[in-house]
Amino acid sequence: MSTPFYVSPQQAMADRAEYARKGIARGRSLVVLQYADGIVFVGENPSRALHKFSEIYDRIGFAAAGKYNEYENLRIGGVRYADLRGYTYDRDDVTARGLANVYAQTLGTIFSSAGEKPYEVELVVAEVGETPDGDQIYRLPHDGSIVDEHGSVAVGGNAETISSYLDQRHQDGMSLAEALKLAVQALSRDTNGSEREIPAERLEVAVLDRTRPQQRKFKRIVGRQLGRLLEVGGASTEAESADEAEGSEDE
Amino acid sequence: MEANTRSTGRLPAAFLTPGSSSFMDFLSEHQPEMLPGNRQLPPMQGVIEAPHGTTIVAVTFPGGVVLAGDRRATMGNVIAQRDIEKVFPADEYSAVGIAGTAGLAVEMVKLFQLELEHFEKVEGAQLSLEGKANRLSTMIRSNLGMAMQGLAVVPLFAGYDVDRGRGRIFSYDVTGGRSEEHNFAATGSGSVFARGAMKKFFHDSLSEAEATMLVVQALYDAADDDSATGGPDVARRIYPIVTVITEDGFRRLTDDESSEIARSILERRLEQPDGPRAALL
Repeated sequence: MSTPFYVSPQQAMADRAEYARKGIARGRSLVVLQYADGIVFVGENPSRALHKFSEIYDRIGFAAAGKYNEYENLRIGGVRYADLRGYTYDRDDVTARGLANVYAQTLGTIFSSAGEKPYEVELVVAEVGETPDGDQIYRLPHDGSIVDEHGSVAVGGNAETISSYLDQRHQDGMSLAEALKLAVQALSRDTNGSEREIPAERLEVAVLDRTRPQQRKFKRIVGRQLGRLLEVGGASTEAESADEAEGSEDE
Repeated sequence: MEANTRSTGRLPAAFLTPGSSSFMDFLSEHQPEMLPGNRQLPPMQGVIEAPHGTTIVAVTFPGGVVLAGDRRATMGNVIAQRDIEKVFPADEYSAVGIAGTAGLAVEMVKLFQLELEHFEKVEGAQLSLEGKANRLSTMIRSNLGMAMQGLAVVPLFAGYDVDRGRGRIFSYDVTGGRSEEHNFAATGSGSVFARGAMKKFFHDSLSEAEATMLVVQALYDAADDDSATGGPDVARRIYPIVTVITEDGFRRLTDDESSEIARSILERRLEQPDGPRAALL
């Protein structure tokens, strides 16, 4: 019988992290931004049916980058968790923080158990509050850590470039059209700094809109409404304030 | 297993197992004791006293459907509650009104709403109206044991069928038997009187405003002859709950709107206690 090679725990974890990161990097990145009336999710997604963003509960949305079957599984688990919790207690007792914790525990356990393949996913769980101060955005990398984010967040392979671009330009209280335009600009940037065009039909956009009269605040933005918003966002560059004009010169 | 959903531990395997899009199926596998139908009843004699809700009426009109209910809950001879709500939105395009044991009915509605919402979130698409009506049937059937002990729940389900472009009404019996009703329907103890009124008032080309007026007239007639149905309570400002479902979705009339309808009916009934008359021929 041959003796197995010794692999240090550090090395084993580094290998697993490397494996998960590579898997996530194969997919497109996506961004989640706060705007005046809520939180907007923007990503490039050629599919109309297989969504990257979805509703978990009244005020809670979900976004994921990486391997579809794995994050879909987590999404449904989250919906079951939220619905069961709301049924057992009350709808107000379902929170993004609670959900993020459950996801973190789940991802963390899978990541550190040697018998299981680490999940190749990176998640964002967001909850829209009554006011912008009440908004919560949590980023959950593949290893089960939680990062509490403010303003903007990007996940996926190209996340670092995109989030540094967003960090410089995102402001509180942007309109939806402005936030959407910024998100599309950010997503169009490649690792090597070059830019490409993302046509509207390849964009998946959803919002958690606190001004919606319904209890459920999640809404997909598609078709004509998306086209209109992109136009408004585009038009504002020429007419709007000096801040924005500077922003467009940088490009 | 239970502790896991309440603490912040890892999601139990049942949560991550691919399976049905039904919340009830998930519950029956994961926590069957949470389903109302699985509750064990001790052997009992006689009928359990619990508040009962009474009359629910619905009527279709071109472009939608109206569902309404009175506000009284009774326990034997006692008025248990004067402002109970028995009509609820089920989702964006449907509503359910419930006659029968109030406690169970409200719980059933909560589970039914969740069932529809859960399906929508998991599948990314709404159930068909027929699918929703069938789901409600299953839930009533699971309550049969309690119905036999006198704790029956008899709903009326109304919705706008997006595929067919019209409002539809489904009525149920205690065994979960489901039948589609044409034009108008009523359930509960005052339903016989309400149905008589609707039969006389209904015609094919009602406007939305006429349909809402019609259901309140019918509820008034039910309250007139059935002691368990409450009429509009002007002194306490408690008026029937009237909901309208059209292409634009579910809408509940505001208190102002329903009070205006109820008051105009009351005013005319002061002149003519038996209400508007149809021509004999």
